[in-house]
Amino acid sequence: MHDHAVQLPVFPRLPALALRGVPLTPVALALGAFARRMALRHPSMFKRLGDYGAARFVLDPTDLPVTLLLEPRAGNPRLRLSRKPMQGDARIAGPLSGLLGMVHGAYDGDALFFSRDLVIEGDTAAVLALRNAIDDAELDLAAEAAAMSGPFGAQIRRLIQLAETRTGVALSRHEEDPLW
Amino acid sequence: MEIVCPAGTPASLRAAVKAGAHTVYCGFADETNARNFPGLNFDRDEMREGVKFAHDHGAKVLVAINTYPRAGGEAIWHRAVADAEASGADAVILADLGLLAYAAKHHPGLRRHLSVQAAAANADMLNFYASEFGVKRVVLPRVLSVPEIAAINAETEVETEVFVFGGLCVMAEGRCSLSSYATGLSPNMNGVCSPASHVEYHDDHGALSAKLGGFTIHKVGADEPAPYPTLCKGCFSAGDATGHLFEDPVSLNAEKLIPQLAKAGVTALKIEGRQRSRSYVAQVVRNFRAAVEAQAAGRPMPEGMLAQLTEGQAATAGAYKKTWR
Ligand code: SF4
Repeated sequence: MHDHAVQLPVFPRLPALALRGVPLTPVALALGAFARRMALRHPSMFKRLGDYGAARFVLDPTDLPVTLLLEPRAGNPRLRLSRKPMQGDARIAGPLSGLLGMVHGAYDGDALFFSRDLVIEGDTAAVLALRNAIDDAELDLAAEAAAMSGPFGAQIRRLIQLAETRTGVALSRHEEDPLW
Repeated sequence: MEIVCPAGTPASLRAAVKAGAHTVYCGFADETNARNFPGLNFDRDEMREGVKFAHDHGAKVLVAINTYPRAGGEAIWHRAVADAEASGADAVILADLGLLAYAAKHHPGLRRHLSVQAAAANADMLNFYASEFGVKRVVLPRVLSVPEIAAINAETEVETEVFVFGGLCVMAEGRCSLSSYATGLSPNMNGVCSPASHVEYHDDHGALSAKLGGFTIHKVGADEPAPYPTLCKGCFSAGDATGHLFEDPVSLNAEKLIPQLAKAGVTALKIEGRQRSRSYVAQVVRNFRAAVEAQAAGRPMPEGMLAQLTEGQAATAGAYKKTWR
């Protein structure tokens, strides 16, 4: 047995169970709007995807009762949510904290893969392209969500910060100061 | 000592510089560089901006143009050299003799380093590349022990750079055809070894098999680290024996050898991993910068925290401390 040098936080069971009752349509609509905003603000991310912009990615947070289907569609992204397993060209599965941590540059995707925290299936090259494109975009999902929330932005930001300290999940990007 | 750090994307370049890289190496997004992976590398504008960012922060940028040009396709490689110079890069890293001759003739002011892909492993070769093509630095292949490196440095004025961390390529570099055999694509010609486009993973109730071009390269149980199906690190059966024929799926970590490498006359320490994330780059660079600072001040090497970043989650000192099976 190998040591898990990085212990990923797992989404708590009770709220995850509660999510089973949440209607998916409004969540999917909000996520869709979010994805379109990202496309406008980060066009180079889609350029970096190249031909893999046409691939369909199943993102499976294994500690949540939902699966996402992401279609980047060369800058006109579509996101679908389902409680059932979905089909795509590639599947990336792992705890939500691992997936978000990769987006925010807190974890290295290869290291999570080596430690079996992350599972990859299907078109490996498409997964690599997506990982590299997102990594280069230096996304900050918390900042984007706050900016989308208009007058409630500051409250949303504080709420996210609180959730981040409580759960240990990287919900925002931590800009590093030069060290030397 | 100088640490030379990988950047597969502009974000990784910035992360490397902020984490303390003296020098960053990167490549254009095409077959001219030996990490031609999907979603990776720099277009011309990104290279210019990356070089500017590095220079503004006191770091250097080396552009790797280290594949072997295709007959008839030389113009792509020639353009890459010209564009590297135009971007303000501090040097190019080349492997091909023809391209070295071209760069020496048409871009004499652009510093030339010899890539590890050229597999220059003795002082005569280093001196030849220096006298014929004005090569100022050679990246040594990962097959030499520390005493062998010291012996080379004693017989040459050319700077040497050695790998200290990351994926291991164990063959005489630039000569390995394993990947070509299984996929038709090689690091030498196409910039990819065991390319992701030919990789498939199958999870069978926790047991993971990793295939390359239809060949099963590894099979591991649920509790074992996942392998990438790099051919030389595969687990093969021959006769009644099953095992890692060429090399275990481990990564190089020569952090502890930094004082010996300094004594052996090495100028620069290279970190592998342009295909890795900016998180990897930042962690490894931070660690190695602290290590070279400690070495320069005569302090003991700090305890590393890099095990979780390595393939197989296990590290080796590689050929630096040679023990053959
Ligand atoms: S198969 Fe191994 S030895 Fe051959 S080029 Fe690839 S990494 Fe190097």
